[in-house]
Amino acid sequence: MTLRLTLVSIALFLGLAPVTDQAAADSHRSLTIGITQFPATMNPMIESMLAKSYILAMVFRPVVTYDQRWKLVCMLCVRLPSVKNGDAEVVELPGGKKGMRITWQIREGVRWGDGAPVTVKDVQFAWKIGRHPKSGVANREPYVRTVAIERVDDRTFVQVIDKVRFDYQLLVPDPMPAHMEEKAFREPAEYKHRTLYDRDFAHPGLYNGPYRVANIVSGSHVELVRNQNWWGREPYFNRIIVRAIGNSAALEANLQAGGIDYAAGELGLTPRQALGLKARTRDKYTFIFKAGLIYEHADFNLDNPILKDRRVRRAMAYGLDRKQMSQALFRNLQPVADTAVSPLDPYAEKDVRRYPYDPRKAAALLDAAGWKLGDDGWRRDAKGNRLTLSLMTTADNRTRSLVSEIMQAYWRRIGIDVRLKLQPPRIFFGRTVTRRIYPGLAMYAWISAPGSTPRSSLHSSMVPNPANGWGGQNYPGFRNKEVDGLIESIETELIPAKRRVLWKRLQQIYADELPVLPLYFRANAYVIPRWLKGIRPTGHLAPSTLWIEEWHAVDDQAKAN
Amino acid sequence: MTAFLVRRAIQAAVVLLVMSFVIYGLIGLMPGDPIDIMIASDPKLTPADAARLKALYGLDLPIWERYVNWLSSAVGGDFGYSRTHNRPVLEIMGPHLLRTLILMGISFALSVAIAIPLGVWAAARPYSFRDYSVNLFSFAGRSVPPFWLALLLIFVFAVWLGWFPAGGMETVGDGSLADRGWYMVLPIVTLTLLNISGFTRYVRAETITTMRQDYIRTARAKGVSSRGVLTRHALRNALIPVVTIIALDFGTVFSGALITETVFAYPGMGKLIFDAVMTNDYNLALIGLLFATLVTLVANLGADLAYVGLDPRIKLQ
Repeated sequence: MTLRLTLVSIALFLGLAPVTDQAAADSHRSLTIGITQFPATMNPMIESMLAKSYILAMVFRPVVTYDQRWKLVCMLCVRLPSVKNGDAEVVELPGGKKGMRITWQIREGVRWGDGAPVTVKDVQFAWKIGRHPKSGVANREPYVRTVAIERVDDRTFVQVIDKVRFDYQLLVPDPMPAHMEEKAFREPAEYKHRTLYDRDFAHPGLYNGPYRVANIVSGSHVELVRNQNWWGREPYFNRIIVRAIGNSAALEANLQAGGIDYAAGELGLTPRQALGLKARTRDKYTFIFKAGLIYEHADFNLDNPILKDRRVRRAMAYGLDRKQMSQALFRNLQPVADTAVSPLDPYAEKDVRRYPYDPRKAAALLDAAGWKLGDDGWRRDAKGNRLTLSLMTTADNRTRSLVSEIMQAYWRRIGIDVRLKLQPPRIFFGRTVTRRIYPGLAMYAWISAPGSTPRSSLHSSMVPNPANGWGGQNYPGFRNKEVDGLIESIETELIPAKRRVLWKRLQQIYADELPVLPLYFRANAYVIPRWLKGIRPTGHLAPSTLWIEEWHAVDDQAKAN
Repeated sequence: MTAFLVRRAIQAAVVLLVMSFVIYGLIGLMPGDPIDIMIASDPKLTPADAARLKALYGLDLPIWERYVNWLSSAVGGDFGYSRTHNRPVLEIMGPHLLRTLILMGISFALSVAIAIPLGVWAAARPYSFRDYSVNLFSFAGRSVPPFWLALLLIFVFAVWLGWFPAGGMETVGDGSLADRGWYMVLPIVTLTLLNISGFTRYVRAETITTMRQDYIRTARAKGVSSRGVLTRHALRNALIPVVTIIALDFGTVFSGALITETVFAYPGMGKLIFDAVMTNDYNLALIGLLFATLVTLVANLGADLAYVGLDPRIKLQ
């Protein structure tokens, strides 16, 4: 007896509790996901970080989202308002300006994790936070565009926006738990520090998704457990652990060693890494490569006298075999881009100028631009200046640096001397690109929402300069009055057929003028264990975890094996 | 002794003040601020949003003004909030510091405990097979990049053999002492192997130099055994410069090991400080780095006190 007691005491001290059948069963119903980032906060309105969106999608549901078919669908609402179904209408606002009235109804039974119903008050509260200039919300546009939220009943409200906009359905504030957060918002300037999402993150009342946050260990993991007041389809897993592993090689090792069950596609292995793993592991995982909205490209600095000449820009496009690059590096999993609009986007236009690999055409264009090929293999102008350009990109991305080396080699063949400069991301994005101090080309990626207009990246008012506080993302310095007009028209045109015509023209100008060299649309690599089913990648900003209740194991035994 | 300690405390305060200014200035001089980075990653942010956010976080003020504001709050005991964690700096730093202290402390203690006898053992027979073997091990340890060694250990012991976890700090839901220890084996082995090699070389070199001194020859002439000469006469003197090296390295026990922590997904001070610097989280970066400076100063003070213990000829002045 004494011996047994001693052994039990030692076991308890070492934390070696006997594994019960129940514990084993529970472990089969738990899922560990590996991601490469850790979220700064869980507050849905403060900071925009992919890691936060990924985790938040399991605990907090938006009113609307784009689904896997890139169609806008209701999550919290009963039906999607539209002009066609009469829930949205163009109205004249006080002062004579045209705006819109949009009627929304929250689904019956939608509750917070503490059982409190989600009501119009929560939507109004979110709007109040979003509008306040000191609340710490980064992008206030959806909130300041909304001039009123009129309560009809607890579940119904009318949103009034100050402008006719094609994306009026996306301007609805996602409800915030007023009964929990109102106190923290009493001093709006302090809200970002006092929000319960950081101070009392395990409170069920903060969440309305199928799971709620049970624990956060900063820099390590977030633990989610089932929300007992979840109002939708019952999820399969009892517990989900999201582990942050900042190094992708370590993430892969953890996947193979069983430290994580699944490497998230949105924030996981690179496609090249996944291809390597696929070759090594055969049937252990299901691999999904989903290309989407991450647009890899190289901006031309149009203030550079050499690049101001469209013939040089076009020559550089013809002189680069992007198809071969995609085949060699990504086995065609990352489609070559013709414009900034993803081929998956409903407004993607095929009838645009394309730039297939054609070194002869590239040479002819450079000759016409006055850059003649010398005996040493380099091109020079009439004064004997060599055609030299710099290509800058981020130093932390191995794929990107590999791509830049290949581009340099291709352009060498047509006589362009391209010098590579790699910078740490915080310098590249914090100054080089945002201050437009890159002298030649800058290679990086953009991500956008389906159908979103390129106002910030193409409108002439969005060229960063000291006068606008270096705001705007038109880093090439592209100025085109027709494009400005098209962007403004697209934003206010509600009829899809008319919008399509405008979009077509916009893409044609983009491909003709080539202010940016399109490269490819990046693919996310989803490495999924065979036993895990139900993951449907979206390819856009809405993470696959928004449909976490569809995820399940084939059977418990399969996972155990 | 008291006068010595008071003088060193004043020196430490001055060093910390200067360091706080230098660190704040260096972070501020790095191109781009957090809002610039935010703008580059979110095409929806307008120039007005950028101006508003800069004002909200005080980034629109000149750097010297921001520094003075920070310093006056810090003197009053308010170290501010971490911008990237939305929580008070000390609240964020506490758990990270504890984890780093455990990880680095164990590996540091193991490194010293192994390196000193190993260095002396090699020095006892210089240029022998034993010495060459220890040298080879030391040079290999100094040459191997930490990330490579960490990944190698992960692939061998976690992926192939499955003996240890590949990373993390605990099994979520367990977190017992044994569980946490289990997770720390590979990071500790990595750090210990890397540290041993450096310390061993110093101990070996200093011991060999000491063994050539006149007083060692005298001790031998007096009939002291080889072991006695080595342990009682040579080692004690050889340790004086080694203590300096150890004291300088002691700061890392608190500041963490960035690469090892990153590869093993261990949330410690190294990764915390690195991320804070890279994201311009002034308050967090500043306190983290100042704390590492303070520890190094204290360790140096400890080294000075240790010299007195090791060599009675040294006096504190």
